[in-house]
Amino acid sequence: MRDLDPIVERALAAFRAADDAPALENAKALFLGKTGELTALLKSLGGLDPEARKTAGAAINAAKTVLEQALEARRADLADARLQARLAEEALDVTLPGRGRGVGGIHPVIRTWQRIEEIFHSIGFSVADGPEIETDWCNFTALNNPENHPARSMQDTFYVDLKDAAGRNLLLRTHTSPMQVRYARQHPPPIKVIAPGRTYRVDSDATHSPMFHQVEGLWIAEDVSFADLKGVYTDFLRRFFETDALQVRFRPSFFPFTEPSAEIDMQFAQGPWKGRWLEISGAGQVHPTVVRNFGLDPERYLGFAFGSGLERLTMLRYGIDDLRLFFDGDLRFLRQFAT
Amino acid sequence: MQLSESWLRSMCNPPMDTAALTHTLTMAGLEVESCEPIAAAFSGVVVAEVLHVERHPNADKLSLCQVAVGEAAPLQIVCGAPNVRAGMKAPLARVGAQLTTADGKTLSIGVAKMRGIESQGMLCSARELGLSEDHGGLLELPSQSTVGSDVRALLALDDQRITIKLTPNKADCLSVLGIARELSALTGAPLQAPVIQPVPAVSDVRFGFKSSAHDACGRFTGRVIRKVNAHAATPEWMRQRLERAGQRSISALVDITNFVMLEMGRPLHVYDLDKLSGEIDVRWGRQGERLKLLNDQVVDLDASVLCITDASGPIGLAGIMGGDSTKAELSTQHIFLESAFFAPNAIAGRARRFNFSSDASHRFERGVDFNNNVAGIERATALVLEICGGEPGPTVDQTWQLPTRQSVKMRSARACKVIGVPITGDEMADIFSRLGLAHTRTGHAQDEVFTVSPPSFRFDLEIEEDLIEEVARVWGFERIPAQPPRAVAAMRAPLESVRGLHALRHRLAASDFQEVVNFSFVDAAWERDLVGNAAPIQVLNPIASQLAVMRSALIGGLLDNIRYNVARKQARVRVFEIGRAFLRDPSALEGPVTVAGLHQPIRIAAAAFGAAFEPQWGVAERDVDFFDLKADLEALVAPLRVRCVAAAHPALHPGRSARIELEGRAVGWIGEIHPRWQAQFELPKPPVVFELDADALQHLKLPRAEQPSRFPAVVRDLAVLVHEATPVQALLDAIEAEKIGLIQCVNLFDLYHGKTLPKGQKSLAFRVVMQDTVKTLTDADADAVFAQITKILQQKFNATLRS
Repeated sequence: MRDLDPIVERALAAFRAADDAPALENAKALFLGKTGELTALLKSLGGLDPEARKTAGAAINAAKTVLEQALEARRADLADARLQARLAEEALDVTLPGRGRGVGGIHPVIRTWQRIEEIFHSIGFSVADGPEIETDWCNFTALNNPENHPARSMQDTFYVDLKDAAGRNLLLRTHTSPMQVRYARQHPPPIKVIAPGRTYRVDSDATHSPMFHQVEGLWIAEDVSFADLKGVYTDFLRRFFETDALQVRFRPSFFPFTEPSAEIDMQFAQGPWKGRWLEISGAGQVHPTVVRNFGLDPERYLGFAFGSGLERLTMLRYGIDDLRLFFDGDLRFLRQFAT
Repeated sequence: MQLSESWLRSMCNPPMDTAALTHTLTMAGLEVESCEPIAAAFSGVVVAEVLHVERHPNADKLSLCQVAVGEAAPLQIVCGAPNVRAGMKAPLARVGAQLTTADGKTLSIGVAKMRGIESQGMLCSARELGLSEDHGGLLELPSQSTVGSDVRALLALDDQRITIKLTPNKADCLSVLGIARELSALTGAPLQAPVIQPVPAVSDVRFGFKSSAHDACGRFTGRVIRKVNAHAATPEWMRQRLERAGQRSISALVDITNFVMLEMGRPLHVYDLDKLSGEIDVRWGRQGERLKLLNDQVVDLDASVLCITDASGPIGLAGIMGGDSTKAELSTQHIFLESAFFAPNAIAGRARRFNFSSDASHRFERGVDFNNNVAGIERATALVLEICGGEPGPTVDQTWQLPTRQSVKMRSARACKVIGVPITGDEMADIFSRLGLAHTRTGHAQDEVFTVSPPSFRFDLEIEEDLIEEVARVWGFERIPAQPPRAVAAMRAPLESVRGLHALRHRLAASDFQEVVNFSFVDAAWERDLVGNAAPIQVLNPIASQLAVMRSALIGGLLDNIRYNVARKQARVRVFEIGRAFLRDPSALEGPVTVAGLHQPIRIAAAAFGAAFEPQWGVAERDVDFFDLKADLEALVAPLRVRCVAAAHPALHPGRSARIELEGRAVGWIGEIHPRWQAQFELPKPPVVFELDADALQHLKLPRAEQPSRFPAVVRDLAVLVHEATPVQALLDAIEAEKIGLIQCVNLFDLYHGKTLPKGQKSLAFRVVMQDTVKTLTDADADAVFAQITKILQQKFNATLRS
């Protein structure tokens, strides 16, 4: 079958020349279709003797296989080219911004509040809650702060037009300590709790807000000492500010509800506050009268309490120098604390 | 408490510098708030005597002076001070002197030519030496000052003004003696208290007194001194100590009483003897009595105020302030000195009630030594005689009732347990001795007990902890180790079924809301307008009239936040707050975390204003609306499902507001702000808001899982026409009420109003998903469900099926 090779050559050339799927299928029909050249050759074999037919048939089938493979390869190439063209066409400007809604943020003081809960939770403290309009008993008397005592003038109190059973005006709690009283009266020792929340004092200037936040901490058990207070609070500050290079000092002070009492100062090793003692908290061993007001025997149970201002911690943590920013609701300030 | 370092060191002078001394005090609980030098740094300033003054030939306001500085020739000085005159002594900064200017720079004095005439130095005012702000003229030095001597030494200017922030329990440190006593205990340096000798009487003139309130005034010591010279000048040394202790010099007699008070913590009062009548009676006030005080304030008295009275009636507020009618003045000739003991609880709070405080009341309400009455009188008498002269009568001292001083026991083992450090009994004994606390020791080692007798100047030693505090304080807080605590490691996991507020916060933040913290006290108008609350809880002493009531809703604050930010060019504001609201509730009882008579729920409120989305490519700009916020609400409460029920609210647009219900219970409200309040808050567009009780969102059921059906779901869409006013929720509820088991869910996916529809009708398209758990649904099954739904909607809502 001398004339096979030129047919194969022409077929391959036609396949190569086809630059889309229909052209390729047309080319296929010319050679492999019902009336195609190779098909015609196969049909013409009937006139040959069996030996020659066998030989010629094998040759034609071999040529057919070659062409079918070439056809498949060409189909794949064309499909690939089509895909590539489509992909190129679909390319995006990936630098366009994402569509949809943005995200908001948590208030910086609340962010501090949450972090403090997490830090104390890690050593087994619970979180207490309590009312903000309080009774005189919970806010003062239970905390060993009798009326007319000079210590009461340390806190200027907002009163409201409601009275308790004893006829005393209710008040806006001046510290978070009433929550420790309420919690301790409800839970048996060991008591390990923090009580964050809003507090109020009649004071309003650049460094005082009439409403602010504190966190109270209380640990009462059979053997919790002042040295434990130093350990826990020092550790807390170092975890909160995420540096061990933080100096912490406890110096004697006075609060009606603790004895011995301490003011806690801290000092950064770096940054704008470096080298300055900063007052950060008041603390001490819970006064036996207060333990008794918890409903516990101070001979058996003792421990410490501390109270810290959340705004102060927040300001030192994030470099905020104006207290009023916390309560203005200015989005330009608050957005810096996006979550 | 303010005092000068030199006065303190005159009574206790430990070998340490100023910084170490103030640190020692601070770390013992006497917080040194400030420590300032008395004068700026300067050198080369000497006492000069002005010999001769004449007008400067070329300047009206300058003088040409000849001054002596103890050398052969006088110096020529040009001076601009108005008070310069021949014969006065004043400080001269000689050539070569170094001064410090107000802004801290060093100024070197050289020979200067002023308007053509040479000046060989500069005569100085108090301000030029950094002593005070006084720049009205030259600082006049005492006439007996030695010419040419160093002014720094003469005026003892190498001194510091120390301010100590005393805690209310440290009444014993409200004097130089008290602080020196403390410093001595802390450092071991000896205490050199002023030696006070009794001054013998030279006459027998007395003035009678008594106390009709022995529990309030338990001791009274008095003395008459006749023929004093009230005009006498206060000596420089006393004036200096007083001024450095923050006490202005007034007159010799007043200065002496202030001096004794500061020196030994003993308040005194000096009366003009000639103005007293009858005898002094210390008694409680009476309703209707009035008294004009030394500060000209007139106070109304009653039975809660302890008074000094004489035959004329009240003449002073005991332990607080004397009266105007009997005060010692420059014309006074004979005086009566009072040195009394008033019980702290008889004085406490009274001055504050009259809106002032005094040095005396500050001391008496904290506790004044009841054992130094006589010493105080003797000290004052000696000073009066030295400065004003006079003839003292006898010191008359009457004691009726003094505070009991119970001995206090302290177990050394208990002290160690509270402090958390092993401190030996000997160390404790040493601490008590140094503090001047007489004590005995019984028992040994673990069982050792100290019995301490508190001295008369201590009012803070009543229980064991008071002594433990003294031990800890003097032993040194700094020495107590920061001990990692030991405790039983019990797990404390939060309940899975309780959702914390922080989780809800983060959901709102993730929905593009920024958290704010607003004041709990608000403008009463907000309560009236936005909540319809005519009787909000009033703050009795608000800091401002627009912060006078407690909020019963959070929304006012959020609207104010929007107004604030819109005024600052923020076009889109989305804020939320989680905080308490405060409502009167007569039915509320006292409980573990509740106060009788009011309800203080924590609320969650959010407000959205402006564009639904930040302006961005590919998203059509539109304003946020009710349904955007409703979607935020639904995302917040999920997996709980709330329902919105059309209802009016004072803050909201009546046609665009709803009550939020959870399982049939009202938990809050949602809607668009009423146009009236939108205008009042000056907002160009209406914000949409919701507010609900946080508690309602915090309690979740644990998920209970079911096997998903293995059979395919069938989805059919159903479009109906109903009357415009028919709420969608009603249709959904009606379908739900049929409890058709095969229905998995029904969702509204299209709402259409349009001209192609019959008037007053709207088209609602629902997608119904059906599925069986035991077999594949056939078309016939689905058709049956579909028909059932259609029938209900036709029956109940007159709905027509759209083809």
